[in-house]
Amino acid sequence: MIPLAAAATSIHIAVWQVAASLALVALAAAISFWQKADLERDIVVATARSIVQLTLVGYAIKLIFEADTIWLVLALLAAMVLFGAITARHRAAKVPGSFRPLLIALALAGGTTLGLVVALGIFDPTPRYLVPVGGMVIGNAMTASAVALNRLGDEMGDARARIEASLALGATAREAAAPTVRRSLRSGMIALVDSTKTTGLIFFPGTMVGMLLAGASPTDAVRLQLILLYTLLGSVSISALTATLLAYRNFFTPAAQLRELELETSV
Amino acid sequence: MGLDRGGKTVLESLSAGIPEGATAIVGPSGAGKSTLLRLLNRLADPDRGEISYRGRPLRSHEPLALRREVGLVPQLPALLDGTVESNLRYAAELAGEPLELEETLARAGLDPSFAGRDVAKLSVGEQQRAMLARALAQRPRVLLLDEPTSALDHAARDTIEAALGELEISTVLVSHDPEQARRLSDWVLRLEGGRLAGCGPLGEVLA
Repeated sequence: MIPLAAAATSIHIAVWQVAASLALVALAAAISFWQKADLERDIVVATARSIVQLTLVGYAIKLIFEADTIWLVLALLAAMVLFGAITARHRAAKVPGSFRPLLIALALAGGTTLGLVVALGIFDPTPRYLVPVGGMVIGNAMTASAVALNRLGDEMGDARARIEASLALGATAREAAAPTVRRSLRSGMIALVDSTKTTGLIFFPGTMVGMLLAGASPTDAVRLQLILLYTLLGSVSISALTATLLAYRNFFTPAAQLRELELETSV
Repeated sequence: MGLDRGGKTVLESLSAGIPEGATAIVGPSGAGKSTLLRLLNRLADPDRGEISYRGRPLRSHEPLALRREVGLVPQLPALLDGTVESNLRYAAELAGEPLELEETLARAGLDPSFAGRDVAKLSVGEQQRAMLARALAQRPRVLLLDEPTSALDHAARDTIEAALGELEISTVLVSHDPEQARRLSDWVLRLEGGRLAGCGPLGEVLA
């Protein structure tokens, strides 16, 4: 077991330190204003939201840690899955009925990966581990399934002629959509695979940075980071796979016809 | 039989028979020719009425089996990534038919050297012939052809037409060109604005 608790309590951040870091927000806004990037408003809104949202989440996590019951953790994770699916649905606007596949994908990805890390004895099933790891797992699962379904929506439009030509040969919907599903799955997973390849070389991942800042030993920071990266790989592949395999069906009728989403190209 | 799409009527009160042999569906663009063809192998179903194939309602046929028996070559080539041969093999395996590679290529007017060619490097005319070969690899009883020469120049068109003339199965050809219908068919359906404007032997409909 990794001595996370010891590391996490060894640092205290004062409010003035956070306030001071706003100087860099001002710098970002100044650059945007100077270069007419038209992002000043967004930067202010983003900063305000980050303060409010993270503070609220901080209090929520504090409450959950103090209550120390698994049910509150499960409720929080369920809420994350629900809001994750709602958020991801907007990126998958071209996929009909994408909410259900996304909801199932996130629930399955979160449940399976958290279940596995607990079953393997990597983390204790306590709020201190399940809440942060669950948040990362579900967040990454959401991004991956949203990217995969976004691609699926585009590809099903672009490859319509090819898919219909396969259907015309008597292929099942699954056979006709297989190349499209494969590419969508890849695009959902590739970002994390790539960042796992370059981790430590081109960027220091957040957990490691956080642990180092909190005073943990570099060895512990690296080990925890590796565990989280591998956990995320699992979660991302489960969610992208589940979402694409459930969602592609919504493009077809039971008689293996492409649904009329847009008008045919020729009448 | 009738069909609507996007709130518009595409085919209306259409009642016609198609015999064995070479049939052409002709009419101006937008008349509903391609839509009618797609209905014949259940890539879509009519909203009203019914289509029958060999005395049985189309809806009672298993769609995948029907599509292997009634093949369709779409207007624009849509081959799978890979070689001509891998495309033919895919189609033959779907139909559970052994693949006679050279014979199938020859029926579509392609010589054996095309088997190993990458489909991405073929001209549109060659791709369209590969599409025809792919459909023939399933040994269909009926072949539906949607403007198979519309994207081609005269020489490529002649090659496809020659191949079609040699086929010994029933064909239904969609064409906006009455001359092509004259060259390739014995029976004609003429559509105008989604309605039947004529149906019968070539000489009567396209006088």
